[in-house]
Order: sequence, then structure tokens, then C-alpha cells
Amino acid sequence: MSWNVYSNHRLFVGIVFGVFVFLSVLIAVQPAARIQNDNAPLPTAVALTDEQQAGLRVFIGEGCVACHTQQVRNIEMDKAWGGRPAVAADYAWRQRLDVWRATPSTLGSERTGPDLTEVGERQPSDLWHLLHLYQPRSVVKESIMPAFPWLFRDSVAGTPAGLALHIPAAYREPGGHTVVPTRRAQQLVAYLMSLKQAELPTGEAAPAFLYVQPPKAAVAAGLVADDAGLALDGNALYASNCQACHQASGEGLKGAFPPLKGSPVVNNTDATLMVNIILQGYDARAEYGVMPPFATRLTDAEIAAIVSHERSSWGNTGKPVTADFVKKLRALVKPVAAL
Amino acid sequence: MRNFPFRRCSWLLLALLLGSPAVLRAQATTPAEGPMLTQPAVLGMIALLLIIVLGAAVLLVGRVASLIRGTQKPSTENEAGRFDETVTNLTDPQLAAILARQQGREFALGGAELSGASPAHDTQGLVQHVALNVHSQWFHEKRRTAPFTDLDPKLTMLISAFLLCAAFWLVLGTTVGWYAGVKFVSPDVDHVAALSFGRLRPIHTNMVFWGWTSLAMIGLGYFVVPRTNNTPLFSLKWGWWSLGLINASVILGTVCLMAGINNGGGEYREYIWPVALLFALGVIVAFANFYQTVAHRTTEEFYISNWYILGATIWGIVLTVIAYLPWYQNGLGETITQGYYMHMGVGMWFMTFTLGLMYYFLPMSLNKPIYSYSLGVLAFWTQLLFYSLIGTHHYIFSPLPWWLQTVAIVFSVGMIIPVLAGTINFLMTFRGSRKRVGDSYSLPFLLMGVLFYFVGSFQGSLQALRYTNLVWHFTDFNVAHSHITMYGIVSFMLWGCIYTLAPKLRGREPRQALVGVHFWFALVGLLAYVMALMIGGTLKGMSWMAGEPFMKSVVLMAPYWLWRAIGGTFMLLAHFVFFYNLVDMLLGGKAAPQAPLTQAPVKQAISQAHDVLERI
Repeated sequence: MSWNVYSNHRLFVGIVFGVFVFLSVLIAVQPAARIQNDNAPLPTAVALTDEQQAGLRVFIGEGCVACHTQQVRNIEMDKAWGGRPAVAADYAWRQRLDVWRATPSTLGSERTGPDLTEVGERQPSDLWHLLHLYQPRSVVKESIMPAFPWLFRDSVAGTPAGLALHIPAAYREPGGHTVVPTRRAQQLVAYLMSLKQAELPTGEAAPAFLYVQPPKAAVAAGLVADDAGLALDGNALYASNCQACHQASGEGLKGAFPPLKGSPVVNNTDATLMVNIILQGYDARAEYGVMPPFATRLTDAEIAAIVSHERSSWGNTGKPVTADFVKKLRALVKPVAAL
Repeated sequence: MRNFPFRRCSWLLLALLLGSPAVLRAQATTPAEGPMLTQPAVLGMIALLLIIVLGAAVLLVGRVASLIRGTQKPSTENEAGRFDETVTNLTDPQLAAILARQQGREFALGGAELSGASPAHDTQGLVQHVALNVHSQWFHEKRRTAPFTDLDPKLTMLISAFLLCAAFWLVLGTTVGWYAGVKFVSPDVDHVAALSFGRLRPIHTNMVFWGWTSLAMIGLGYFVVPRTNNTPLFSLKWGWWSLGLINASVILGTVCLMAGINNGGGEYREYIWPVALLFALGVIVAFANFYQTVAHRTTEEFYISNWYILGATIWGIVLTVIAYLPWYQNGLGETITQGYYMHMGVGMWFMTFTLGLMYYFLPMSLNKPIYSYSLGVLAFWTQLLFYSLIGTHHYIFSPLPWWLQTVAIVFSVGMIIPVLAGTINFLMTFRGSRKRVGDSYSLPFLLMGVLFYFVGSFQGSLQALRYTNLVWHFTDFNVAHSHITMYGIVSFMLWGCIYTLAPKLRGREPRQALVGVHFWFALVGLLAYVMALMIGGTLKGMSWMAGEPFMKSVVLMAPYWLWRAIGGTFMLLAHFVFFYNLVDMLLGGKAAPQAPLTQAPVKQAISQAHDVLERI
């Protein structure tokens, strides 16, 4: 028997097989088994309901992971997507979907659309989600996301009226049927709205964000400074946090999201009600969707910058507000929120 | 900074890592902030791009220059004047010497001294491919290939079936990819569930991976393995089985994905396991066939191509099995397996197999041996040791263990060793054969494939670094990278191999102008595609780093997505031309004349050639 691997094919195949299996176990199988077994969902995490689990299947089947990540990396630029970097426990709940289908690969590898780690918190209006799924461009003009009209159907007698979509005229099908979501659309939205980061247990420090960017110079005059003395761009903050519903024009969407342009609340000389609505959310008017609370998502300075921007844009005439003003109102809000 | 301790089972990795402390340290600290253009990785990336652009430019300028040279009469007036002067001033002894020399030079045998006066017959079939039109002003006439005379027609049929199926999947798969690219520009072009972007994307990637690339590789392997082992293929029947199984897998997988049945969204393992099992069985049958053929060889050693082909098939099977077994894939276990699988799929299956084919078809089309056996040995074993460890570099800054990310980065940089060894080996084999590249329609594909091999792989190493992940991860830059590798490297190399082999199967040449169209459309299309996405991806990453609203990064991509669609259109057109060329070579018209030539056409060709030569 020859010990030359190039003239002994059994020996050659044995080595290339053995070495590769050894390295694969070392670098993939063993670390994978360990990370699977060493992690459990955070105590504060809420398990998916059956409805949300069904929504996850729609999410996978439609290939949403091709464009949407669900991972907040531990680098500062990812702060936009979550309050803290993701940890292994955040994903510990993920399991094989069924006997045919594997564990959903939700971390993703491409961010053609926004990260969805906190989309349930960032965008808690089911009305918005349904409209966005039916025709993304009806709420975000520049979006290139596919429309999913096959998750909707024309209304038939007996459908609860509350489910009907208020589609802007430009995107309505000719014929004027009332469009309602199918079961699958509702499941998908239930899944999306369940997405938020769980709190780490008390005493557990979140991993730090790395690669902190140097402070930017002020980009325009009239900017509010935050705690660190950095200038904030109200226009950009508005685009990131408000524009999806209230639109770049400030006109909102008829029958779904109220206009800020010319709004008496926005133009009021006293900005107390406006800031309170942003801090606490608002659901008093049946004809519009729910306004989510932003108290935990935005700092005083950021809210002040947004409010000032909204009060001075689209022909509005309100006076700017300061971070201190927001801070005072927030102090009043807190005890109420604790109830 | 997280400093995870090295885990128990990882002492070996630790030992390997200690060998490169500088790299480790460099990666563990935050790089100094500064403009992007001072970052070594960014500069490296720009240098790599210049290689490809300059390479293509040199080829193009060479072509244009030779065209221009061909159309211009040389300016001869001055030279002629000087010549006249010299001739009129010759002295008698000088003239006598020249005349004597001329007599000597013009002496020639009549050609009939040995054979007598009876007319010659080419009964051996030594004269082939008599071209009746030997000089075209616009197209360089390529060297013709002689068909094999000793090929088993049944094997020819098997290989042809593989190549034709592969080309069919290429055309269909890239049509799907092209249409998915169009949707970036016009998202409302249709509202059909089965054609939505989320479903089309995995259909495209899986179809070109398992349908086009895998079938083309295995089909060429069925030629290379028996040839280099000097023995017939072990089993033709198994060959047909592997073709059938893989085709069935691609068809069923595509139907499932169109119906919204997706394994879990992990890239390249979107086929559910019963469908992927068919593919794995196809590769297992192919491996058994290759292995038995090597076992029945009549040579002492088995040639380097067989190492790569046997290695790739074994590794392809192992990594598919590991990707689909369920016991360690819950929680983040799925993510570690995904990183491992998607990288090994490209590196240990496609790249390895294709390199094996290169070690046969490159020397074959250059008609000389590979430059260095030792470099081949080095490249093979470092490919196995380094490539296997770098899957996690797709998840830098993710919640996967920090040590796993660092190992992936270190060995990604280590990949420079096998890549340089391979590149040098191929380029040194090319050395001194510049003329042959111009004379051949297959060698330009192989040469560009080698250039892309260096550029694409080096780019992958740079992209694995932590700083570059800030800018480029999650952006379209990655899409550009995967097209440089799977298209620029693997597909260009496979086309070179196919254009070398296919004409030899039946002795029927493709139309050379159409091969040129294929080459240039594919190359120019790819360059437009990757440049657009790399520039756009960089701007997108910078916009994210600057903390701008997300939609701004979508809006700024619009022109780059348009350019991608334009580049993609050229690539797609090239594939239709390739499909035509392949059908033409394997099924079209008459095969090369099998009967020996008679005298008449040979004489006619020679006299035509004389006429042409006299005219110029």
C-alpha cells in the first residue's frame, strides 16, 4: 500500500473527508450546538402567539428576509434600529417551523429595506401596516418594496367594516371595491407588530455600541442641541420617525393619518397638547389610526427638534420649543404612565 | 469591546491564531477615524477594481489597435526612396554577391523527389478545416480545433446533455435574475404572487447555482476524470442518474418557491429538504462515479484536477448534509450553520470544482503543462484548511461569538495564500502565450476568469475586515461581490472550458463572431453591473453611517439600480448567444467531415490564399 496521497485514492479521499468534517464540527456544528443549548429567551420576552407564529410563516414564504434584517449590530450606526445591540438570547426562541421547514433565517444578510427588530414599536399602527402591504407606495412614495395585493380581497357582505382599507385614490383599483385583508395579511401584521426588543434583566448591562462616530457639524441653522451639545436635524428626525404616516408633505393620508399641515394642535401657541400626544400617543379619533407613544424612543432634545420642525414647516406658524419644555412635560407624564 | 474567552474545544484555533498576533491585535482595536479614502481596505478595493478595468481596457485597446493597423497601409515613401538610392549605387561585386545569395535562397526541392509524379491523396485525414476565406479584415481568424477521434459517442451524448441542461438553466435562471433586477427600478411591473421579488430572488440564486453551475461542472468533470485517469468512465448509467436527480431538484425547488414554500429563508438553502435531498443524491452518485473511475485508473498517480474534483464533491455532500440536519439549528445555531453553509457552498463546492477543471482545460487549450505542480499542492491544501473556517465573516458584529468572528476574519485574510498560489500558477502557465490568447476564442474567457479569481477573492478578504463591514455590510456591495465571484470567476472559467471542449466533441466550431459577442457582452455587462452596485453600495453605507433617514439610502440607489439593470440586460443577451453557440456546436448542422479530404478543396484553398497574399 502506497502512502503517497496522490497515488492512493483511498487515503486521499479519507484525508480530505476527515479533515473537512473535523474542521466543520470545530467551526460550525459544535459552536452551533453550544449556542443553541446555552441560551434561553429573556424572562421579559413574550413568546409568539399562534397568530403571530402563522404570520412568521407568511413572512418566510414571501421571502421578506431577502431585504429585511433583524439584527441590531453592536456598532453605533445600528442604533437607528434598536436601543441596544442584539444578544444571543434574543434569538433563542427560534425553532424549526415544522417537519418540512427549517428554523427561520431571520437575521438576514441584506438591508434593502429597513431592519425590523423593533418595527412593532416603531410602527404600532395595524392600519399603516395593512395599507403598506397592499401598496407600499401609497404610504411611502419612494419605496421599492413589492406590493402584496394577493394578501387582500374585495369585501363581501358581512365583513366587519373596521377592516376596510382607506386606499388613497391614486392607488385604488378601478371599479371601487372595498378592499379587506385576508387572514394571512392579518397574521403577517400580527407578527410584524410583535417585533420589539425585550428588556435585559435588571443589573444586566447591554453590550456597548462600538465605532462611535465623531460629532457632526450642524447642518442647518435653527437646530436644537441635545444633552451632549450636538445639533439635531429636525427634518431628518421627522423623516425617520414621523414621515411614514404623516407624509413628507405634512398632509397625512385621508382616512388613515391626520394632517399636521394647518393643524390647530400643531399651530397652537401653547405646544403642551402636541408634545403630550407625541410622548403618550393618541387614539381619540375613530377616523384615524393609532398614534404610538414616543416617550421611550426619543430624547427630550429629539422631540423638541421634531416639534419645532413641524411647527415651522408646510406654512405652519407655531413657535419652536426647547428641550427643557419637553423635559418638564415628560416629568408630568411619567406618574400617569406608571399607572 | 467584548472579549469572549476562547471556548474549550477551540485550542487548535487558538494555536493557529497565535501564529498571527499582529492581525488579531489590529482587528481588536477600533481603527483610527478618518476619511474613507485613507483606510487601507478601501484603497485595496480601489486597486483591485483598477486591475479589472485596466485588464479589460488593455484587451479592448489591443483589439482596436490591431483593427486600425489592419486597415492602414504602411507609409512607405521614405523607405522606398532610401531603398532605391541604395540599389542604384551598388557596385558590381556587391551585386554579384546578392545575386548569388538569391540563387541559394531560392533553391528548393520540387516536392516530388520522394513521391514520384502520381497525385497525392490524404487518406489519413491529416488535413482538416480547409478555410476557403482565410482573411477577414474585421475579425481575427481564430485557430480551429481538431475533434477527438477516440471519444465514446455515448459519453459525448452524456456530456452534451449535461451542458445543454446547464445552459438552459443559465438562460432561465438569469432571465429570472434580470426580471428581479428590473423590479428595483419598477416595483409595480406586475402584481403576481409567484413572480414577486421575495420569491424570485431565491429562484434565481438556486437555479443558477444548482442548475447552471453545478450541472456544467459535473458534466465537464465526466470528461476530465476519465481522460486524466486514462480509463473509461466507470458508469454511464450513473452519469444519467446524477443528471436526472439534479434536474428534478431544480424543477421541484423552483415550483415550491413560486408557491411560497421556502425552507426558512437561509440563502442557498431555500429548497425544502426533500428537494435538496434529490440534489445531494445527484452529487453522491456523481462522486461515486468519479471515485470508481479514479480507482480504475491506468496511471500511477491521479492528476491534480482529480484532487479538486473529488475534494469538491465530498465537501459539497458534507456541507449540504450539515446544512440540513436539524439537531443544532435552533436559536442562533441556525445562524452559525447558515454562515458556514453559504460560504462553503461557494468556496468548497463551486470554486474548488471549477479550479479542478481549470487545471485540465487551461493547459489543454494552451497546449503546454501547468506551470507548477507544487503551487497546485499548496493551493489545494490551504484551500481546505483556510476556506473551511471563514463562514462567520458574513455575520461580523452580529451576536455570534466574538472569537468565531475573529477566526473568520483571520482566515479570510489567510485565503490570500491559496488565491495567490492559484493565480500565479495560472498566469505563469499563460506566460509566453500571448499570441495564443488572441488566436483562441476560449482562452480570453479563461484569462478573465483568472483575473476575476484574484480580484474577487482578494476583495472577499478585504470585505471580511471589521472596518469594511461598517461601510459595506448589508448593502448592494455584497451583491456585486457575489456576482464577481460566481459570474466573473466561476461562469467565465466554465465558459472557457466549454468552448474548449464542445468543439472537440463533434468537430463543429461555433461562429467566432458570436463567441466574441458572448464574451464582450458578458464582460461589459458584468462590469457595469458590479461598478454600479459597488459605487451605490458604498454611498448607501456612508449614508447609514452618517445617520441619515433610511429612505434617503433607497432614493440615492435609484440610478445605480438602473445601471445594474442595464448591465444585467447585456449579461442576459450574452447568455442567449451562448445558448445558441452551444446548441450550434452540439446539435447543429453537419459535424466536421469524417472522410479524408480530396485534393481539390486543398488546392483551391491554397491558391486562394496565394491570391490574398499577392493582393496585400
